[in-house]
Amino acid sequence: MGELRLMKGNEALAEAAIRAGTDGYFGYPITPQSEVIEYLMAEKPHERTGMVVLQAESEVASINMLYGGGGTGKKVMTSSSSPGISLMQEGLSYMAGAEIPCIVANIVRGGPGLGDIQPAQSDYFQSVKGGGHGDYRLPVLAPASVQEMSDFVPVAYDLAFKYRTPVLIVSDGLIGQMMEKVELFDQMPRLTDKEINEKYPWGTNGKPAGQERRVLTSLDLDPHKLEKHNFKLQDKYRTIEANEVQYELIDCDDADYIIVAYGSSARISQKAIQLAREEGIKVGILRPITLWPFPKKAIDELVIKGVKGFLSVEMSAGQMVEDVKLTVRERTKVEHFGRYGGVIHSPEEVLEALKSKIIGG
Amino acid sequence: MSDIAIKDIIKPENLVYEKTDLMTDKTLSYCPGCGHGTAHRLMMEVVGDLGQENETVGVAPVGCSVLAYEFMNVDMQEAAHGRAPAVATAIKRLWPNKLVFTYQGDGDLAAIGTAETIHACNRGEQIVIVFINNGIYGMTGGQMAPTTLPQMKTSTSPYGRDVATMGNPLKITELVAQLPGTYYVTRHSVHTPAAARKAKRAIKKAFQNQLDGKPGLSFIEIVSNCNSGWKMEPVQSNIWMEENMFPYYKLGDIKVDGKLL
Repeated sequence: MGELRLMKGNEALAEAAIRAGTDGYFGYPITPQSEVIEYLMAEKPHERTGMVVLQAESEVASINMLYGGGGTGKKVMTSSSSPGISLMQEGLSYMAGAEIPCIVANIVRGGPGLGDIQPAQSDYFQSVKGGGHGDYRLPVLAPASVQEMSDFVPVAYDLAFKYRTPVLIVSDGLIGQMMEKVELFDQMPRLTDKEINEKYPWGTNGKPAGQERRVLTSLDLDPHKLEKHNFKLQDKYRTIEANEVQYELIDCDDADYIIVAYGSSARISQKAIQLAREEGIKVGILRPITLWPFPKKAIDELVIKGVKGFLSVEMSAGQMVEDVKLTVRERTKVEHFGRYGGVIHSPEEVLEALKSKIIGG
Repeated sequence: MSDIAIKDIIKPENLVYEKTDLMTDKTLSYCPGCGHGTAHRLMMEVVGDLGQENETVGVAPVGCSVLAYEFMNVDMQEAAHGRAPAVATAIKRLWPNKLVFTYQGDGDLAAIGTAETIHACNRGEQIVIVFINNGIYGMTGGQMAPTTLPQMKTSTSPYGRDVATMGNPLKITELVAQLPGTYYVTRHSVHTPAAARKAKRAIKKAFQNQLDGKPGLSFIEIVSNCNSGWKMEPVQSNIWMEENMFPYYKLGDIKVDGKLL
């Protein structure tokens, strides 16, 4: 068993960054995720593993530091919250185009605009549909516990380097701020420069003697060449959709109704289905762990099995529900329930919505 | 001239100049008469002279030199508009033994990327920034730059830059020289052989500073012409530059070895 600690979600993410062998963290403070960089600065990871931690002048700079560092084959990471993540969309688009790996954690807060500092899930569209300009997608992992804030860091790095893409960890202010028991994984060694050059020959860290130089760019002024590059990116996204879907089914075997919920909403919905079952209502939860790729096949199988309705429970005005509807294609009922703007729904409200919108509706 | 005479001339002992291998054979995309090509060549000659071709990472900007990575035969990254100093910061922090430079125009460095420029300088990142100032946006077709001179006509200041409403030309080089994080700040041109030789010495000093681990950033501004954007013949543009740009953007060292002159 790994080391047990009581930690905030943000701290678990920071500790996991060190243990996953991150080479560089570049970030800018924003509530409710500032504990990430505070923890890293206090922890002196340079002394523990040689990891670089730098407070940038803005989120725009942070994401471009990831572009530079990730582009050399190093493991790089940042974290922020919604308004800061909006500022990073430019960089994420460029990194998708130039195929540069990195991790970006979004501890989502209420919006739009400056919004507030309370938890929300209203950045779903931005996360799963691309976010910045151009045709691209990013793998999105959605932790539902402090444990997963730690566990998903190495998972995200594996995806980022396997597919040469930025990977998002989309959490929210609730999971970032709450404390839970977490079992930390053991320290993984940082790769040596030699190992990086062997594993990632595309890394621009000084052209090897006698070999061609490496160039990382998202630019190609020839539209036919750029289309070809886009074909390659789209092939990559289809491969990710085929191979990297992750989800959890909770009490779905005998369920008449399904709540689709991720992150904090999935945790709250667990209490709601317990209350429902006490009343004899058979309801289960499908929890997407990857928001993109979305677990379409799992939803499709539930439709075929004869589920009578899906309730998409999100701390948003209804974003993921569109993907549920796209998958269900009007074969059965799909509704949305959620509080938003930083308000968290109670399990009782979820149960009430299930009754009024799905069962009675 | 007969064939025999040409053969007599083309002999190794007569070689006075050879293109460095660190410039690719790709035809430059710059307008005839533009200084970018010379600036590229000087930088790559310096990288070669210092024996750093396998240890160098360059960051290209957005602007006319967006394709610099097609011409400079070293490992290169293409940054988003204005973000090169942030990109270079991480490369240098994660690979402290590599030679890292950015190559940026006036719009890139002194307008959209002002924050990245100031803060990379202020942190004293051990990188080299080469800043090409031609007082105009060349790539997008001749719009006003932060460094456009007062009363100068561009496509977005068609009646001349009115400083009362459009601001004054930004002397960002003097500005970054004030920051303790800069170690070497200098301004040059490459429009004559003598000027190019001086600029090359400055580039070499800047790169040598980085190799020697000198504390701080080395910043070289090259005041250059944009004959197309200025709508002049190349020779005329160089004369105009000498008469109008140099009095405002004075050539020479501003800060050497961490000390303001």
